[in-house]
Amino acid sequence: MSVETSKDVERFPIPNPGLEEHVERFTDVDKAAGDRAYHQIVMMLASVPVLAIAFVVVYFAVPKETYLSVFADRYNAQNLLLGLTGGLAVLLIGVAVIHWARTLMSDEEMVEDRHFAASPDADREEIAADLAWGIEQTGIARRGMIGKALAGALGVLALPALVPLADLGPWPTAELRKETIEKTIWAPGMRLVNDVTYQPLKASDLEVGQLVNAQPEKLHDLHGTAFQVEKSKSSIIIVRMDPNTIKIPESRKDWHVGGILCYSKICTHVGCPISLWEQQTHHLLCPCHQSTFDLGNSGLVVFGPAARALPQLAITTDAEGYLIAKGPFTVPVGPSYFERDSSLDFKEGDQ
Amino acid sequence: MAEPTTVSSTSPALDVKTPEQPAGINKLAGPATWVDDRLPLASMFKYKNKANFYVKKVFPDHWSFLLGEIALYSFIILLLTGIFLTIWFKPSMAEIEYEGSYQLMRGLPMSEAFASTLALSFDIRGGLLVRQIHHWAAMLFVASATIHMLRVFFTGAFRKPRELNWLIGVGMFSMSLIEGFAGYSLPDDLLSGTGLRFVDGLIRSIPLIGTWAEFFIFGGEFPGDLVIARLYMVHILLVPALLLGLVVAHLALVIYHKHTHYPGPGRTDRNVVGYPFFPIYVAKAGGFFFIVFGVSILMGATMSINPVWKFGPYNPAQVTAGSQPDWYMGWVEGAIRIMPNWEWHLAGTTWSWNVVLPGMGLMGLLFGVLGAYPFIEAWITGDKNEHHVLDRPRNVPNRTGLGVAGMTMYSMFWLAGGNDILATQFKLSLNQVTEFMRIAVFVAPVIAFLITKRICLSLQRADAERVLHGSESGVIERAPDGSYSEAHVPITNDEAFTLTQHEQYPALQAGPSLDANGVRNKGKGVSALRARASRWYFGQEITKPTAAEIEQAKHHADEDESTKALGH
Amino acid sequence: MRFLTSKRRHKAAKPVLLALALLLTGLLYAAMSPAARVSADTGNSALVAEGDGLFKVACASCHGLNGEGGTQGPSLIGVGAASVDFQVTTGRMPAARPGAQLPRKTNTYTAEEIEALMAYVATLGPGPARPAPAQYDPAGLTEEEIARGGELFRTNCSACHNFEGAGGALPNGKYALPLKGISGEHIWEALRTGPQQMPVFNASALPDEDVRAIVGYLEELHATPSSGLSFGGLGPVAEGFFAWVVGIGSLVLFSVWIAAKGARAK
Repeated sequence: MSVETSKDVERFPIPNPGLEEHVERFTDVDKAAGDRAYHQIVMMLASVPVLAIAFVVVYFAVPKETYLSVFADRYNAQNLLLGLTGGLAVLLIGVAVIHWARTLMSDEEMVEDRHFAASPDADREEIAADLAWGIEQTGIARRGMIGKALAGALGVLALPALVPLADLGPWPTAELRKETIEKTIWAPGMRLVNDVTYQPLKASDLEVGQLVNAQPEKLHDLHGTAFQVEKSKSSIIIVRMDPNTIKIPESRKDWHVGGILCYSKICTHVGCPISLWEQQTHHLLCPCHQSTFDLGNSGLVVFGPAARALPQLAITTDAEGYLIAKGPFTVPVGPSYFERDSSLDFKEGDQ
Repeated sequence: MAEPTTVSSTSPALDVKTPEQPAGINKLAGPATWVDDRLPLASMFKYKNKANFYVKKVFPDHWSFLLGEIALYSFIILLLTGIFLTIWFKPSMAEIEYEGSYQLMRGLPMSEAFASTLALSFDIRGGLLVRQIHHWAAMLFVASATIHMLRVFFTGAFRKPRELNWLIGVGMFSMSLIEGFAGYSLPDDLLSGTGLRFVDGLIRSIPLIGTWAEFFIFGGEFPGDLVIARLYMVHILLVPALLLGLVVAHLALVIYHKHTHYPGPGRTDRNVVGYPFFPIYVAKAGGFFFIVFGVSILMGATMSINPVWKFGPYNPAQVTAGSQPDWYMGWVEGAIRIMPNWEWHLAGTTWSWNVVLPGMGLMGLLFGVLGAYPFIEAWITGDKNEHHVLDRPRNVPNRTGLGVAGMTMYSMFWLAGGNDILATQFKLSLNQVTEFMRIAVFVAPVIAFLITKRICLSLQRADAERVLHGSESGVIERAPDGSYSEAHVPITNDEAFTLTQHEQYPALQAGPSLDANGVRNKGKGVSALRARASRWYFGQEITKPTAAEIEQAKHHADEDESTKALGH
Repeated sequence: MRFLTSKRRHKAAKPVLLALALLLTGLLYAAMSPAARVSADTGNSALVAEGDGLFKVACASCHGLNGEGGTQGPSLIGVGAASVDFQVTTGRMPAARPGAQLPRKTNTYTAEEIEALMAYVATLGPGPARPAPAQYDPAGLTEEEIARGGELFRTNCSACHNFEGAGGALPNGKYALPLKGISGEHIWEALRTGPQQMPVFNASALPDEDVRAIVGYLEELHATPSSGLSFGGLGPVAEGFFAWVVGIGSLVLFSVWIAAKGARAK
C-alpha cells in the first residue's frame, strides 16, 4: 500500500507541484478593508438584540387574529412577524460569524498527514495475543459445553423477548376476519342515508346524473373508534344513471332501483374513499392513485392500479319509497389480502 | 487580524503534577483549568496526526462538503422544535368536540391529536411558527441527506475505508423516511389519515403476513385507536434515538478517517489539506448552523406548510384531490400510481403485486442497491486501496452514468407521484401522463446513462487535450502559408496536475493466476463474469496523457514558437 | 250520484273529464316532483320568443332546433334556467368547439339576452330555475352551521375540487375547476344542474341550507389569513418543490459562499 513507488511517474505524469502559493486577501493587506469587514460583523451582531427584542414585543403585542395584506393576500401577522424577527436574528448571527471567519481569521491552508485506517500489524498481533490469552483463561477450549450452552441460552432468550409482542393486536384468524375486515354493518332493510346529515334518501328524489355520498343508517348510533372503523368500511356512493345507457348483468338485475346503483366508496386498491364520479362517462376516479372504475358496468376497473371491481351493494326501496339495502356486501370491501381468494369477485364477462 | 486565543499545540506540555501554571499567553482560563483538573481534556485534544479529534484538526473546504452539515443541523432543529411541539401535542385518538378558537371547525368531532394540533396552530403563540419550522426542517433534512449522498456517490467517497460510514448513511436515510412518515401521520388530519389508510392497504397486501402485520400495527382494524400513540413513540423516541446514535457514529468515523478532499496541487491520498477546526470550522460550521436555522425559521414565517385546519379532521369517508405524501415518499407513491393492476390467485390465496411490488419491493430494492453498491464496485474493479482523494465524476464514467440513471429513474417515479398535479398544471391528460411514466421509468434511465457516459468521456478527452495543448486563447493566427489556427496558451502546472491526478486501472483478467499488476489481483482467481464486468467498467476510458506525451506536446509547442519567431 | 249519472252522456263530458284528469296529473306531478322545479310555462311569451331567436342562432346547431340534442350537444329539455345561467354567464356556452371539457371564457351576452335564453330553455321542460339569493347566500349562518358546511364540502366536493377548492385532475385531460372566486349563485347552479362531468347534487341530497353552508365555508376559508405563501393550495407536491427550490437552493448558495475563496489581493 506504499504510495511512493517507482511507478509514480506512470501514475502521475505531472509531478505533484505541492500546495499552491498562498495569496493574501484584501482584508489581510488593506487595513481599511479589514476595518470595513470588522464593522460589518459588529453591525450584524448588534442588530440581533434589536430583532430579539422585536420578537418579544411581537409575541406580546400582536394579537393572534391580526393579519397583514400583501398583494391582496392576507397573512397571519403574528406568524409572519415572529418568524421574520426571530429568523433574521438567528440568520444574522450565522452570517456575521462566517463573515468573520472568511475575512478576518487566517485562511492559510494547512497540511496534515493521514494515517491508514487499519491498525498497525504490531497492534493487531498484540490484541490477538491478548484475546488468545483471555480465551485460554476461560478454559472454553477444554470445557466447550459452556460456550455452546451459553450461545443456546442467549438464542432461546429471544423467545421470551419477542413473544410478549404477540399481543400487539388481535390475531386475524379466519373467525376474527369474518367479524372485522370481512363485515360491515350493512344488513337487509337498512336505510341508505346521506353522509353528514343522515337524511334518508327517496328513490323518486334522485335524478339521472346525481351522486350521493351515503352511509348506513345505523352508523349514526356509533361513536369514537367504532364509528371510525365502521365508516372506513361501510361508506357508499349512490349514483343514478339512465338504465338504457348502462350494462346491468343478469345476476345483478335486481340490485338497482330504476338506474340507481350503489357501490362501496372504499377503493379496492389501498382503501381511499372515492367519489370522483363523471356523470357522462360513468367513470369513478380515485384521487389517491387514479384507479378508475366504470359504475355503468358493475364497477369494473378501466384504468389504474386497482385489480378488483368495486363491490356493489344490492338495494331496493321500502314501503315509504326510501332506499334500503337488500343485504350486506357480497364480497369484503377495500384492499385485497392474502387469505382471501378474490378471483371469484365480479369481473369482465360475468353475468 | 483578530486572532482568538488558542490552545497552541506547540505550547509546553502541561505538567500534571504541578497544577500551578507559569504565567503566559498559553495558560488555560480559570474554569477550563477547573474542568481539566478533573477531565484531562487538554491531553485528549492536543495530539496531532492521530485518529482522534483535536482542536487544530484539519478539514478541507468545499461547498459540497457542507451538504451533510445541512442534514445534521436540520436534525438538531428538528429535535429543538420537536421538544416544543411535544409540550402541547396530545397523541390520542379519543374523540372530542372541538371548542378551540378556529371558527371553521367549531363543534366538529375530532381526535384529541387533531384538536391539539389546531391548538398549537391557533391558540399557542408561536406554535404555528414552530410547527411550520419543524415541517420545513423535516423536508430539508431528507433533501440535504439526499444530495449529500449523491455527492458522496458521484465523488467515490464511499470507497475504502469509508464503506461502513456509507452503510450508516444508508441506514439513517431509510430511517429518516420512517421518521418523516410517522410525523406526517401524527396530526390526524385528513391528509395524514389518508396516508395511514394507504399504509394500511400497503401492509395488508404483503403476501403471507399481510393481515397479521396490519392487525399488529394498528392494534386491530383500521384505524383503531392506537396507531397515533404508537407512531408518536416511534417518532419522538425510537427512531430519533437510533438516528442520534448513528449520527454520532457517522461523525466519529468522519473524524477518524479524516475528511476526503478533491484532487489538486499538494493533495494526495496520504494527506489532508484544509483549515483547522479551531477557529475556522468552529466559526464556519457553527455559523452555518445558525444560517440553516435562520433559513428554516424564515421559511416557517413566509411559506405555509401542511395547513391541517384546511384539511379538517380525519374522516374515513373523505378525501381530497392532490392527496400526496411529503416529497421523500413521492417516488413510492408514483410507483404505486403507475403500476399495472397485477393480482395473482394461487391455491385460494391472493398476491397483490400491484401494491406490494411498488410499495415494499421498490424501497427494499433502493436501499439494497445503495447498501451493496460500494462492494459491487470494489468487486468489479478489484480495488483494495484506501482512497482519500475524491474522484472527479467525469473520470468514472460508468459510475457517474449509473448514478444519473438512478436519479432519472427516481425522478420519473417522483413525477409520477404528482401525475394529477402535472396534468392540471400543464394541461395534460392524467391517463397519458400515467402511461408515459410507465415507459419512462425504464427508458429514461437508459438514455440518461448513455448520455451521461458520453458527456463524461468527452470531458475526459477535453481534459487530455487541455493538458497536452493548453487552453484556447481565442486568438486566431494566420500562418505564412495562409492557413489559420487558434493559438493555445499552456495551462498552469497546478491545473495540469489536477487534470492528471486520477488513477486509471486495467480491467481484471479472468484466470486463476496473478495479474500483471500483482497488488490488485492477488491470491484468488477472477471469474469470467467478474472479468467481463470489469472490462465493461473500464473498457472505454480515455487514457490520460503519459509523461512522454506531455513532454512531446510541449516540445512540439516550443518548436512552433521558435519557427514562428524565426518567421517574423 | 244521479247528477253524475245523468250528465255522464253529456257531449262535454269527455273533454271535461280529460281536462280534469290532466289537471290532476299536473297537480300530482307538481306535488311529487323535486321542489326546485318550476312550471314549464313562465308565461313570458315575448321574452321566450326573443330567447328562441337567440337559441336558433347560437345554440341550435349543436343542441337541435328545439333543444332536443344532437351528436354534438346534449338535449336541453329539462336542464332548466339555472343551467343556462351557469353555462352562458361563465362563457362556457356557446362553445367555441366541442371537446373533452369546455373551458370558462368571457361571456359576450348581455343580462337581458341571458334572461331571454333562460326563459326559452325553461319552456322546453321543467328544470331548476335561477336561484333566489336566499337559496345560496350564506348571510346569517352561525359559526357551527358554517363549520358543518366544511364537513359537507370535504365529504361531497373536496375529492374533485381539493381541500381548499384549488381544483384537481379528472381522467383524460378533464379537470375540476378551482372554486376560489366562484359566486355562490354559480356554485348553487352547478350543484343543481351538474354541468359536464360534474354529478348533480339536488335538493333531496343537499338542501338549499346545506348549499348555503358550503358557500359560507368556502368564503370564510378563502378569507382566513394564510400562514404564508400557499403555492396555490396544491398540497405536498408544491411544498416539496419549494423545499427544494427555496430551502435547498438558498442553503447551497450559502454553502458556496462559505467555502468560496473570495477576492484576492493579487
